[in-house]
Order: sequence, then C-alpha cells, then structure tokens
Amino acid sequence: MAETLYAPGRPETGGRSGVATMKKIEAIIRPEKLDEVRKAIEDVGYPGITITEAEGHGKQKGITQQWRGETYRVEFLPKVKLELVVSDADVERIIKAIISSAKTGAVGDGKIFVSDIREVVKIRTGERGESAI
Amino acid sequence: MDPKVVADTLWVLITAMLVFFMNLGFACVESGFCRSKNAVNILSKNFVVFAISTIGFWWLGFGLMFGNGSPFWGSEGLWILGGADNSPATADAYQGAYGSLNWTGVPLLAKFFFQLVFCGTAATIVSGAVAERIKYFSFIVFSLLITAVIYPVVGHWIWGGGWLASKGFLDFAGSTQVHSIGGWAALAGILVLGPRIGKYNKDGTPNAIPGHNLSLGLIGCFVLWLGWFGFNPGSTMAADVEAISRICVTTNTAAAFAIATATITSVLLLGKPDLGMTINGCLAGLVAITAPCAFVSVQSSAIIGALAGVIVVFSVIMFDKLHVDDPVGALSVHLVNGVFGTLCVGLFAESQWMPNKANGLFFGGGVTQLGAQALGVVSAAAAVFTLSLVAWLAIKAIMGVRVSVQEEIQGLDIGEHGNSAYPDFVVRKTLPVSAGAFAASPAPTKG
Repeated sequence: MAETLYAPGRPETGGRSGVATMKKIEAIIRPEKLDEVRKAIEDVGYPGITITEAEGHGKQKGITQQWRGETYRVEFLPKVKLELVVSDADVERIIKAIISSAKTGAVGDGKIFVSDIREVVKIRTGERGESAI
Repeated sequence: MDPKVVADTLWVLITAMLVFFMNLGFACVESGFCRSKNAVNILSKNFVVFAISTIGFWWLGFGLMFGNGSPFWGSEGLWILGGADNSPATADAYQGAYGSLNWTGVPLLAKFFFQLVFCGTAATIVSGAVAERIKYFSFIVFSLLITAVIYPVVGHWIWGGGWLASKGFLDFAGSTQVHSIGGWAALAGILVLGPRIGKYNKDGTPNAIPGHNLSLGLIGCFVLWLGWFGFNPGSTMAADVEAISRICVTTNTAAAFAIATATITSVLLLGKPDLGMTINGCLAGLVAITAPCAFVSVQSSAIIGALAGVIVVFSVIMFDKLHVDDPVGALSVHLVNGVFGTLCVGLFAESQWMPNKANGLFFGGGVTQLGAQALGVVSAAAAVFTLSLVAWLAIKAIMGVRVSVQEEIQGLDIGEHGNSAYPDFVVRKTLPVSAGAFAASPAPTKG
C-alpha cells in the first residue's frame, strides 16, 4: 500500500495521508571515512546526500591534549554527519553499505539513525513524495 | 678610507639589521602562542615597540647609557646623540662624549643603530609576558620608560663603563643586559597585572590556554635563531674573523643542544615532545649562550645549551604553579636563562678569550669571575625589578593597566584596536583520509 501512495507520478497525494514511505538515514562517521562511505553507497545507489562537519562524542568521551606543560581535554571530536532521504526499500542496502565502509572496529566509529519522513518537496519542480527525492 | 673601518662598519650594520629582524620573530612567536582573539593586539605591540624604542633610545637612552658621566649614569651628550664625537677614531685617539664605545672603530651612527636594536629587543620581551590582558597604551608608556631610562641606566653600569664593568662583570652580548632586564621588567608587569581570566581554577590548579598558531610560532623561532647570528657575533662590533666564526658556532651549538634536551625533558616529564616547549628550549639555549658566547669553547657551549634546555622546561612548569601567568614563556626563556647564561661566564670562561685573562670556575680560575657575575645578576635584578615595579604601579594608578573583564573575554583585538586578525579567514578543513581509501602501495619498479 505504502509503495503506491508515494509512487512517481502521483505527487498530489504526498504527505496528506500521514503514512511514511521514506526514511531519513543520518550517519555520524569518522571524517576520514567519508570518501569510502560515499563510494560504498554510490555502488548501491542513492538519490542525494548532505554532509555536515560535526563535533561530538559518544560513551568514550573526548581526548587529552597538551600545551606547554599543561594538559587539557578536547571533549568534542571531529565527525561527519551524512543525511540521506531514501525510499523504504533502499534503507537496508544503504545501511549495510555504510556499516561495511565506515567500520574500523575501534570506539568512535559512529552511529546510524533512521527516522520516518512524511513529505519531500522538490523546490525546482514542486514534485512531492518519492519522485522528489 | 681604512679598509678595517669599512669591514667593521659593514659587519656592525649587517648584524644590527639581523637583530632588527628579530622583532618579526618575537611578533610571530608571541602571537602564535596566544589566542586568535588577541592576535592583532600582540602584533601591534610588537610593531609599535620598535618605534617607541627608536624614539626613546635616540631621545635620551643612548646618552644615558654611553655618555661619559658617573659610574651610575651617563650625563655628557645626553640628548638626541648631541655629544661631540670623532668616531671612528678609537682608544686614546677618540675624543667625544661616548668614550665607553671607543673600543670599536665604526661611525657613531653605526654604534647607535647597533645599540638601538638591542634596546628594542629588551623592550619587546615584555610584550609576550603581559599579553592578552594589558591595555595597549599602558604598554606603550612602559616601553618608553624602559627604553629611555631603565635599560640605559643599568646598561651604563654594564656596557657604558659604569660600576659593574669596573667590578669585572662581563656580559658579552646581553644575557643580563638585554634578556634579564627584559625578563625582570616583564615579571614586575605580570605581578601588577595578575593572571589571565581562566588561567587558574578556584582550587588553584592551572589550565592550559593553547596558542592559536604553532606554525607562526615556529616561523618566529627560526627568525629569532637567525637574528641571534647578528646578536652574538655582531657584538664583537668588529669584523674579527676568528672571533665572529667561533661565536657563530657557539651560538648555534647552544641552540641545537637546548632543542635536544628540551625535547628529551619534555618527553620524560610530559609524555610528548610538546612543540611549544621545544621552541622555548631553542630560545633558552640562545639566551644562555648570549653572555658567554665569546668567552667559551664550542664544547662548553654545548653543555650550556644542554642545561638551558632542561632548565626552561622545569621553569615553565614552576611559573605556572606559582600563579605567575606568562602566556609565551618569556620569563623562563629570557629571565631564568639570562641569569643562568650570565653565571656561565663565571663557570666556563677560558682565559685565552677573556679580556681580563681570567678563567671560570671549571677551568681553574676559582670563583672570582663567578662572584663578579653573581654581583651583576643581583644588582641588575634589584634595580630593574624595583624601577619596573614603580613604573607599572604608577601607570596603573594614572591610566590603568588591565583591560576590562568583558574586553578580555571578547578579545583585545576588538576592544583595543577595533580589528579582527582573521575577519574573513574561513578554514576549509581538509578531511583526513584513512589508509583504507588507497590501494596498497605498488611495488617499486625499475625505470
């Protein structure tokens, strides 16, 4: 059912039913992994991507640096946040591609968050729904 | 023209120009070691201080320092180089107001310019120590006082034929005259100012306040190192080929050994070879060799430098613990190692190079020279610290010495100058690349 609601060619129905058929994948990754992750998701196909240089930490917290005899904590480490909005059907492939390319096995590899997207509007054409992503 | 006068004058002027260039070195080290919000202010201080030095030393300082007079200050030819002078005549042939410089056969203006750049160096040492919290115009007033009065008066005792010189005190290129004087003046300034906001926690523990640009810091260090090849070998004030070659090598050797030992000490004490600390190490070695550079062997210069590199690391940590907030390590480099270097003359001097043919303690000369050196250290300390403290307190009472809390937090660039060092300097971070992104390195092929 969901697939047909947001099928290309039926933008007029987008968003009104409240039934989400698209997902936003947000992945916080190591900055040095960005190129590999982008290549990996390119191989499985993706509609578009936004990246943000971010700072943060997980349970492992920050790192200690030193300056002329004194140490100080850098609590927020540089990360990159990727955001992609994709059809439900593409979610698992892209998650797998991100995991396989972003993983080093050490703490600090990051996280992936998946959330429902209720509406997408393409600014240039006014298209809505899956055809707009 | 006598070719010796030509050679000597060229040597004096060229080395003076190298010392002038050290102003850039100080500007780079000090601004790099401080936060970007104060960069314009620190650059401005290092810029204006040479202008003030030129005015102050020309106006009064040179006459006070080198004019004929009492053992305590010069009085002849006091104002704007106005005394009689027949340079480049030397020794008994010299007839003029600046007899204490009659040993060098160069024109008066060459003597003046060479001495001016040294005076400027002492004044600029203060800048880094009082950084990130001092009012710009209060700094300018102090700079005028140190270059026109404080530096020249003590300078008269040491290099102007005054009472310390008569006691046999020797400071070839200025471990005391330039570096300790700058250091004592800076210490007085730091004590009057107090530490920067955020340097110490309520429980008294110090915080690191990292500088904003270590690239600038290292450029500054190399510029200073280069300048020192004017500072020390130039202090012969004559193109004496044997002496200038040896002094060039003692100077360089001390710096090299100081970098090595500061690196090792930093690793043993702090875990890593902290670049800010090893830059201080290099400068500490150069300061320490400044007084003895002409009087010691290259081997001794290695030992002096090696000790300076260790001393500076402990000194930086000590001042931090004592709540003496010195953002760039000026006290550890210039004051502590200026004292150490001055004493080294009494320890490592060898009679073959000494004007008074005395040996240092380690070469069988006993403690005579060491005693003269200690007397110089103590009297310069007492005079400069007292005069500077009075000057700083007077400035504080009349015009204030420290910027407002709000301005200090916002940064002195906006508050003092209305400028920002990097207004549209946008950093586009190059994202690091992991090794996995590349194919395995191809095997080397013959081609």
